[in-house]
Amino acid sequence: MWKILQIELFKIFKKPRTYIAFAAIASIVILIQLAFYVDGESYLKFAMQPLKDSFEIEGAILNGYLICYIILQTLLIHVPLLIALVAGDVIAGEANMGTLRLLMTKPISRTKLLLIKFMASIVFTLMLLVFMAILSLIVSMAVFGKGDLIVMKSEMIVILDNTDVMWRYFAAFGFAFIGMSTVAALAFLLSCFAENAVGPIIATMSIVIVATILTTMDIPFFNAAKPYLFTNHMLNWKGFFENPVDYFEIFKSATILLLHIAAFVSTAILVFRKKDILT
Amino acid sequence: MISILKHIGKWFAVLAFISISLKMNAQNDLLQKIKLKNEKIRDYIAEGTLKIDVNFINTPQSKVKIFYKKPDQFKVKKEGGISILPKGGVNVDLNSILENKNNTIVSAGELTIDNVLLKVLKILPLDEESEVLLTTLFIDEKELLIKRSKVSTRESGTFQMDLYYEKYKEYGLPDKVIFSFDTKDYKLPKAVTFEYESGEKKKEADRVKNKKGKIEINYTSYKINTGLSDAIFKEK
Repeated sequence: MWKILQIELFKIFKKPRTYIAFAAIASIVILIQLAFYVDGESYLKFAMQPLKDSFEIEGAILNGYLICYIILQTLLIHVPLLIALVAGDVIAGEANMGTLRLLMTKPISRTKLLLIKFMASIVFTLMLLVFMAILSLIVSMAVFGKGDLIVMKSEMIVILDNTDVMWRYFAAFGFAFIGMSTVAALAFLLSCFAENAVGPIIATMSIVIVATILTTMDIPFFNAAKPYLFTNHMLNWKGFFENPVDYFEIFKSATILLLHIAAFVSTAILVFRKKDILT
Repeated sequence: MISILKHIGKWFAVLAFISISLKMNAQNDLLQKIKLKNEKIRDYIAEGTLKIDVNFINTPQSKVKIFYKKPDQFKVKKEGGISILPKGGVNVDLNSILENKNNTIVSAGELTIDNVLLKVLKILPLDEESEVLLTTLFIDEKELLIKRSKVSTRESGTFQMDLYYEKYKEYGLPDKVIFSFDTKDYKLPKAVTFEYESGEKKKEADRVKNKKGKIEINYTSYKINTGLSDAIFKEK
């Protein structure tokens, strides 16, 4: 099994499109860091204006923890699109190249093969998030230093003690991994229906974009649908930056996302087992 | 008869003037005594804890260092962290109120707080453009300690400062200070905060309705007259 997983990972990392995701993340993170390095104080001056009207603020607000939080806020909503590039290609890409039928001649069950392919997508997702964590957290901490984290929200600010921040990032990245795996599972499922990778990639992106728009729009008609949208639960990594942390809400969202993953992968297996593979 | 009445009237006027003058002198004397007591302190570095209770600020209690140097330099610093204090609130230096001669002091009776009878003095600035409209001091005459001050300002609302003394009362330094103040609305556009959610939870929306803020500083120790450098107050 490990050997097959290695082969699947080799296939993923042999394709140039896999590196688009890493390059995109690196460029966005570095651009944000550069922008804050050059002119971060101006942004903070503007953002903190309502507070500075009434309060004296003492200490280094612009630090690595804040930069990482801003990067995550900006980026985690777009990373699903990059994950779809790879996870949507896992089955459909092979069908397109005509290697899927050949693969099926190997002495391995379809279920096992599918699970290994899904695991390979998950490993890619994990590597992407680890890469993002190193760039956005470790590099930001090295450049901007450490300090208390000030989380700016539209109606309030949360200040977290610098000794109380690191575990929250570990937990948030862990939660983001579950969220991104849900997108990978969706792209993987759609990949089972197509003979060409473009279809599942675009379909996944479209679903994620529509669901995200519904999540962000504050219209009562859409609010009723929000608890059922996985994109709504994907944003709950932010729950780790509340004080106190609402563990029940986070656990609920994580469970809903895990159930989505189970449903998507099970459906993919059901579809693939009955599929007449012609290419 | 009319001449006698006129004389009596004059005498009453003189007596009233003397009485008011004596009272005003007594009030000034009381403030001077407190000022003399406070003059022993040239500077101090204090350690303590800072607790912020403001509707739109969620922050844990933190350990802070408080720096003070005469006449009005004041700074609260959290090592490696962020400290937030209301503008013109916590660093309202009582000495500057006592120093200012351009005001009128009026006695406003007595009030018992925590079983201690306190003298109430109202200080009205004579400068019409003054940001401070009225200062009310609640003074423990026996101990020469200001137990409460209320400052009403033109722009920033009303600040109340409750001071609790114990270990350092001989220097007129409090062990605990509670500041209460009015807060303004806080709202940031979501484009600035990079928020993607539909909105904050209801409990957060409820929190921001409360317009009163409170900051508590518990002083654990003071180092008095150490010759504090001015540079500390300029550090960012």
